[in-house]
Amino acid sequence: MTNSDNIIVVQDLFKYFGEVKALDGVSLEVGRGKVVVIVGPSGSGKSTLLRCINHLEKPTQGDIWIDGEKLTHNIKTINAIRAEIGMVFQLFNLFPHLTAIENVTLAQTVVRNRSKEEAEHIAMEKLKRVGIPEKAAVYPSNLSGGQQQRVAIARALAMGPKIMLFDEPTSALDPEMIKEVLDVMLDLASEGMTMVCVTHEMGFARSAADEVIFMDFGKIVEHTTPEGLFNNPQEDRTKLFLSQILQH
Amino acid sequence: MTEKRIVIEPVVGEEEASWEERLRSFPWWFLAMIFIAIGVFFVVSTNESYNAAFNFIKAGLTITIKTTLIAYVIALGFGLLAGLGRISKNVFFNNLARLYVELIRGIPILVLIFFIALVGVPSLVNGLNAIGEWLNNAGIAFLSKPFTAITNQDVSMNARAIIALAFTYGAYLAEIFRAGIQSIGKGQMEAARSLGMSYGQAMRHIILPQAIRNVLPALGNDFVAMVKDSSLVSVLAVRDITQVARLYAGSTFRFREAYVTLAVMYLTMTVILSLIVQTVERRLRSND
Repeated sequence: MTNSDNIIVVQDLFKYFGEVKALDGVSLEVGRGKVVVIVGPSGSGKSTLLRCINHLEKPTQGDIWIDGEKLTHNIKTINAIRAEIGMVFQLFNLFPHLTAIENVTLAQTVVRNRSKEEAEHIAMEKLKRVGIPEKAAVYPSNLSGGQQQRVAIARALAMGPKIMLFDEPTSALDPEMIKEVLDVMLDLASEGMTMVCVTHEMGFARSAADEVIFMDFGKIVEHTTPEGLFNNPQEDRTKLFLSQILQH
Repeated sequence: MTEKRIVIEPVVGEEEASWEERLRSFPWWFLAMIFIAIGVFFVVSTNESYNAAFNFIKAGLTITIKTTLIAYVIALGFGLLAGLGRISKNVFFNNLARLYVELIRGIPILVLIFFIALVGVPSLVNGLNAIGEWLNNAGIAFLSKPFTAITNQDVSMNARAIIALAFTYGAYLAEIFRAGIQSIGKGQMEAARSLGMSYGQAMRHIILPQAIRNVLPALGNDFVAMVKDSSLVSVLAVRDITQVARLYAGSTFRFREAYVTLAVMYLTMTVILSLIVQTVERRLRSND
């Protein structure tokens, strides 16, 4: 809050789903332009943390500041803050009744009040950036998974976000399509976008992350550099997790 | 020639099998209906007494079509609002919509038509008049004008019939809209909200276009049902084809001519509409 270099500040976050404790006192600061990768076993609260950051989940307790602004339940400010945070989902969630370019332009015109021409211009720019401008007029059902995810990234980027959240963006993809999505993410990281990524792609964590967070049972177990996590894990639970996923 | 026959024999055999299948799946009922229709048209156009009945009854066709169309459009509005209310997290709207749907669906349409037209509408008008009088007494006469201007005589039975049908069908359409909205995955709303859209914007641009597309066949079926249920407004002496047919039968004692003609008129409308609905449904499915 006081340190303006931290674009995301999470303080003492708790989230219960009924009796289940999904987040157990998570605190986290993400510096501007940093790439943070969150790893951990399923059910460890990684996605819940990500979804709390743009208020898709309401935290039970605790505070979040985005670029100095506190996330409250006020829906007007939530909508405004969400527009600044791009989110990419595991299952892409493209709008199936709209073409690729319409997917990218809609929120621009509705939320940002951009003219149709301006929105389309920006949309084409973003589709070029993710490498599929030729698919602009195609409906999502006629795109491969990798292409759909890239359109989803373009859709988020077109809003001009300050932060990009990735919720297991490659988990639903066939192996041969993972690379095309990771390449786009690597590009973004190198351009200085602030990114928080929940992913199982350890290669991506190694090469792009500034910081890696290991979560388990709703808690941050270890918060360190990629080298620190992969070469010198401190906690037993981290070691166990890494030994399980790096075995093969 | 004989050689050729031998070569093509297995193909013929296959064709015969598929022919059997085709005969089995052929819509014989539809063929029968066409024959009945042709027969009836022939009778109506050649037989003088049927011809007379048809010419008399067709005077009610405009009212039937107008009543159905207007009531259906209003019902779509009621249904959409109530459907949105049914899925709303707002306790007030949610319960209001639930109450509306449960009340209407628990009462026969015929009773509802009597009730709305002869109790509901007069009560509403009296209530408005009472508000107008109160405003008048309070010294704000210019505000009372719109409330006192309307009297029960102003609301024709045609209008009451439309209100009754629309209000009733709104509850049925509400459930269709609700089901349609709920058939759209949660991820769509989340994606829209994550881009900064409000709930209303997400509904309008993302959820409803997909939901309505999904329920288009169901909405069409309810329109066909409404064409048939519009015959109930005859109990309010609205001169739709049913009422006109009753009048014709009553004055001429030609019951058979009157009601055969009436039934065929409804059947013609519903079969044509059902075919349109089926075509739309097939188009939608092939587009998926």
